[in-house]
Amino acid sequence: MDKIFDVMILGAGAAGLSAGIYASRGKLDTLILSEGVTGGQMVLTNEIANYPGVETIKGYELSAIMKRQARSFGCTMKANVKILKYSLNEEVKSVELEDGRVFRAKTVILAPGGKPRSLNIPGERAYEGRGISYCATCDADFFRDKRLVVVGGGNSALEEAVTLTHFASQVTIVHQFDHFQAFAHAVEEAQKNPKISFIMESELRAYMGGEQLEKVKIENLRTGEMQEHETDGVFVFIGYQPNTEAFNGLVEINERGEFVVDQAMKTNIPGVFAAGDCIAKRYRQVTTAVSDGTIAALSAIEYIRTGE
Amino acid sequence: MNYLRTNIQEIETADELQKIINEHENVMVCCGRMGPMCIPVYEIMEELEEEYENVKFYSMGFDNPESVVIRNAPECRGFMGLPFTMYYKNGKVAKATTSIQNMEQVKQNLDTHLA
Repeated sequence: MDKIFDVMILGAGAAGLSAGIYASRGKLDTLILSEGVTGGQMVLTNEIANYPGVETIKGYELSAIMKRQARSFGCTMKANVKILKYSLNEEVKSVELEDGRVFRAKTVILAPGGKPRSLNIPGERAYEGRGISYCATCDADFFRDKRLVVVGGGNSALEEAVTLTHFASQVTIVHQFDHFQAFAHAVEEAQKNPKISFIMESELRAYMGGEQLEKVKIENLRTGEMQEHETDGVFVFIGYQPNTEAFNGLVEINERGEFVVDQAMKTNIPGVFAAGDCIAKRYRQVTTAVSDGTIAALSAIEYIRTGE
Repeated sequence: MNYLRTNIQEIETADELQKIINEHENVMVCCGRMGPMCIPVYEIMEELEEEYENVKFYSMGFDNPESVVIRNAPECRGFMGLPFTMYYKNGKVAKATTSIQNMEQVKQNLDTHLA
């Protein structure tokens, strides 16, 4: 494939789609390649109530609107591709897909987002969908009057634990520290809920059962003691990790696995920008991803015009 | 009545599902909601429609009472994660999966069970 795009955006979450909208509207020949679902983490959000100018909207609806906007400005989009090789240091950058196709561009915007962390312990693969879940909105009603474990200590874990008490008979929160990272109001709400109990300073070590999940092995991190805890389901909310593994050694990445960028979203490689949940920053919201994507696209436009 | 908003054609009744699997050799049906575990599977199906011309791709609303034929299928016993995805070969269930599946997993099921 000889065509050279002006900008190639890797990722189709809020940052990637925003970059696509701005770049294609700026008359750049724009390609978005996505290894995952269009919309990224937005699609994981049932309802977005704090996106300025929109009172409430489903995550997938906002994603669909952004996708339509990008396409309406002429942006080419390919989702669910598998990228095997990245060449970012040359003047013309390229990626090679699993099916042999090669795409080239003058600039690249990295927006691979993040993914939910899993525990990576024995039994995980066997019981996903058979007791293990990462989405209370999706799967809570399979656990009516059942016993549940929620893993995590952040806002998502505590808020979702409270939500799950509307379905489950009891919810046990397992958290690795002796305190929670969640906001005080979320902690307070969970602590006063009679269906919720806590196992602190502990981590899951294995999922166990027959055809379905029946129990988990839990280690007390302070004493080293192991216990088996009977449960019908486990909901895991232990945060997200940036999808940057594929770029190790290619682009500057910090100790947390995040791309290091400047205020113009420039990475250490000329013509390569990064945006969204994959970059080093404190706050990760749809709005901040949109902002990052916008800046990255405008920087790419400037780079093409001026070479800087 | 439609329960889903996807680009995949939605089956509305159990009779319609039966007719489709009787009339077509290879059918994939994703039974779910508009949630984060289901939407990626619909999108993968949309991407694969051109590549797998020998397979008919459909969705069905999990909250549609008519989808009880999928929800209560013996192949879905023990499933506790959306979506329930069915692969039908010559009118029979060749494979059923629970929860989110990636492109590689869907293609493997299509290649293995609906070849």
